[in-house]
Amino acid sequence: MNEHSMTADLEPYTTADGRRIGGVMMDLRNITLRFGGVTAIKDISFDIREGEIRAIIGPNGAGKSSMLNVISGFYVPQEGEVWFRGKRRPALRPYQVARQGIARTFQNIALFDGMTVLDNIMTGRLTMMKSGLVAQALWWGSAEREEILHRERVERIIDFLEIQNLRKTPVGRLPYGLKKRVELARALAAEPSLLLLDEPMAGMNVEEKEDMSRFILDVNDEFGTTIALIEHDMGVVMDLSDRVVVMDYGRKIGDGTPSEVRNNQAVIDAYLGVAHD
Amino acid sequence: MKMTQPDAGPRSIPALIARNAATHRDRPAYREKDLGIWQSWTWSQSLDEIRALALGLLDLGLNRGDHVAIIGRNRPAHYWSMVAAQMCGAVPVPLYQDAVASEMAYVLGHSGARFVVCGDQEQVDKVIEAEESQHTVDRIIYTDKRGMRKYDHSRMTALADVQAQGRAARARLEAELDARIAELDYDSTCVMLYTSGTTGKPKGVVLSNGNVIETARNSSAFDRLKASEDILAYLPMAWVGDFIFSVGQASWCGFCVNCPEGSHTMMTDLREIGPTYFFAPPRVFEGQLTSVMIRMEDAGRVKKWLFDRSMALARRVGPALLDGRSVGPLDRLGYAAARLFVIGPLKNTLGFSRIRVGYTAGEAIGPEIFDFYRSLGINLKQLYGQTEATVFITQQPDGQVRSDTVGVPSPGVEVRISDSGEVLYRSPGTFVEYYRNAESTASTKDAEGWVATGDAGFFEEATGHLRIIDRAKDVGKMADGSLFAPKYVENKLKFYPNILEAVVVGNGRDYCTALINIDLTAVGNWAERNNIAYASYQELAGHPQVYATIRQHVEEVNASVAQDPMLSGCQIARFLVLHKELDADDGEMTRTRKIKRGVISERYADLIDALYDGRDSVRTETEVTYEDGRKGKLRATVRIEDARVHPAARDAAMQAAAQKVAAE
Repeated sequence: MNEHSMTADLEPYTTADGRRIGGVMMDLRNITLRFGGVTAIKDISFDIREGEIRAIIGPNGAGKSSMLNVISGFYVPQEGEVWFRGKRRPALRPYQVARQGIARTFQNIALFDGMTVLDNIMTGRLTMMKSGLVAQALWWGSAEREEILHRERVERIIDFLEIQNLRKTPVGRLPYGLKKRVELARALAAEPSLLLLDEPMAGMNVEEKEDMSRFILDVNDEFGTTIALIEHDMGVVMDLSDRVVVMDYGRKIGDGTPSEVRNNQAVIDAYLGVAHD
Repeated sequence: MKMTQPDAGPRSIPALIARNAATHRDRPAYREKDLGIWQSWTWSQSLDEIRALALGLLDLGLNRGDHVAIIGRNRPAHYWSMVAAQMCGAVPVPLYQDAVASEMAYVLGHSGARFVVCGDQEQVDKVIEAEESQHTVDRIIYTDKRGMRKYDHSRMTALADVQAQGRAARARLEAELDARIAELDYDSTCVMLYTSGTTGKPKGVVLSNGNVIETARNSSAFDRLKASEDILAYLPMAWVGDFIFSVGQASWCGFCVNCPEGSHTMMTDLREIGPTYFFAPPRVFEGQLTSVMIRMEDAGRVKKWLFDRSMALARRVGPALLDGRSVGPLDRLGYAAARLFVIGPLKNTLGFSRIRVGYTAGEAIGPEIFDFYRSLGINLKQLYGQTEATVFITQQPDGQVRSDTVGVPSPGVEVRISDSGEVLYRSPGTFVEYYRNAESTASTKDAEGWVATGDAGFFEEATGHLRIIDRAKDVGKMADGSLFAPKYVENKLKFYPNILEAVVVGNGRDYCTALINIDLTAVGNWAERNNIAYASYQELAGHPQVYATIRQHVEEVNASVAQDPMLSGCQIARFLVLHKELDADDGEMTRTRKIKRGVISERYADLIDALYDGRDSVRTETEVTYEDGRKGKLRATVRIEDARVHPAARDAAMQAAAQKVAAE
């Protein structure tokens, strides 16, 4: 197999709203993932292209979060290949996972409750800090210059997500919708080329969902970040994403643009249920 | 109207700024917090930025007499835009940034604005939407580039790019710009401000350089403002007060205008800047006091005891010390200790450590709130003014401050009371005209330059201070002929932290009733403390215990109103707690949060009917407008309760009258 199985329809193009979609960034080929006797993902293939918003949907237990963990490199599939930026990716150690340019948010918020918003977001840049422990502790020499540089990047993200008023607020005191936003900020602080969002709108009210949708679109637009997201709110998914993968019981049952997926009989059956007689 | 012009001295805002760039060269003129760091511009840097912008505007084809709308939050770039527009001989028109597209369309169409400066993408979108009905806009200039990449840029430019264009065109256009600046004098228009208007469409108030500079000069002298003052510019730029403080007085005195990061960081930025001269409407002071009190409720016993003791002493002697009256040595010692342990840190937390002069206006302020700040040693004063007067009509001199008056006429202002009891004034700040509305100009300003404020008031004989009763047109009669002054009662109700807004109805009726808005911060905190669960504003507003609390407040107000024989008819016999907050987006209030009685009586007609036909609950449906302009419906069952009316004073008066009749 050649490094890029580029077909004619994979030429770069510009979307109706002026975003540029490039070639394949991540290609997942025949992925199968098992936990002991349970097969979470069965022989799934799909790709994620540069600059696109790619949604993964499916009923509960369909294997979506496992799929996201395969993409991030946290799970290593028993079968199949993960191609990232034109290279086949080997099994990664945790620190390599963090350094490959993929950042994520979690379904259940995973922030440090006792730390301020600012400090939480700063942790997103930890992998990029070069100065040693002693220099950082003494805040001396390169450590000082480095912190100023990182702080500036973080401030841009704070400005971008409109949380200037929360810099010094401990995360534990924030309402749910804002914690989600802080988590997004921390993921962005790592300056990822691929951002994975695991149910970014779960448990939000309509207004919070609208805000979050706007931020996701803005992140994609302003930073050119490729985004893969799992979401249950169909309205949100259909509005946001360029292409949608539909999973059910670990299998892929649909893949295409939102309108294609919406009219796919297998997808409708999976979501609405079919009569088994 | 021709003004008397002093021979020397700058006669326009651009000339004042040029003077400052020469005399206050390296003093800070503007600061803005950007990416968490305060950036500052000196007067000479500011002049350079403003001139670059003006040259850019010239290059884009801005003509003399054009109108330039400015829509955005308080930022140096937006203040510069106003001055740059004037430099080009155009008229700056700041607009309320929270206005919805339809409101914006009216103002853009009425002013005929050719250029629009927008703060961000949101404002650009609204202007584009407004253009569907108004086709006056030739060019849109935006400050924040975020999200703007995909727009059609054939007639859109970033403000920084306009400045770059201006710098590039300096050699070619500088002479033209200087010529246009030289044409400006006291009679040329300085700014046009739309009044929010509690009735009808907004009107464009034209203020000349003479209005603004004379007013700035007089009012700066009144409070001895200096070049070393720091102010926080956070009130809407479309409001006349912000223009006078942040442009008029700032350029007259050469002091520094500090712009917060955004409205949601205002309290943090206030603390960081520590302004020396501060203006806020009563609701800001109320909000701060409420948050202090809520936090003290959560404090430990020792801290709370210390706070209560210190505040009790401060309330007793603080105002006296501030006014320079004599205070016993023991109290002085106590106050010094209180200042060290409680008052000083508290002022620091509030951002008032350096404050020298503070003003409040726009609405009546509760005496408790007013006294709280004064007891901390904050020189908080009241002023009375309006857009048409370039703000100042009356203000309180140091040492003569009370919560129930609005002070003596400002320097240069003549005030008299008309035969019908309305307050009239004439001053150097009296506006030129309402733009394209000669009829309204003539009915507001008479041939001798006297302007009717529309407020009923009187001068206190003993002190010479003005007291405002109510809007003249709101003062009415009850069915039995007694006086109806809704604002008087509403203000008493609003002094309770639990009550955010109140609307009193009763003109021509047998008794008065009230529609009440709870304050979500205060009531929500109380609910949390008492383990009262609620899912929405609506549910909390309808909670029986909330009703009980509000009824208690209403009855206390009734008791206080009953003391006044003239107004005892205004006691609230029945009331309800509204299921939604009154909102400017729904047209129920002005952008400066003044209630619009006409709109409210129309929108809530079914509720008002129920207040008078004896029902104890009513099912209602209200249309609401969301922040993005979409509309929705809110359904609720609103309960109505009776409140005890205190008959004492009124009956006593009636008995007295009856006896009088009998005696005759």
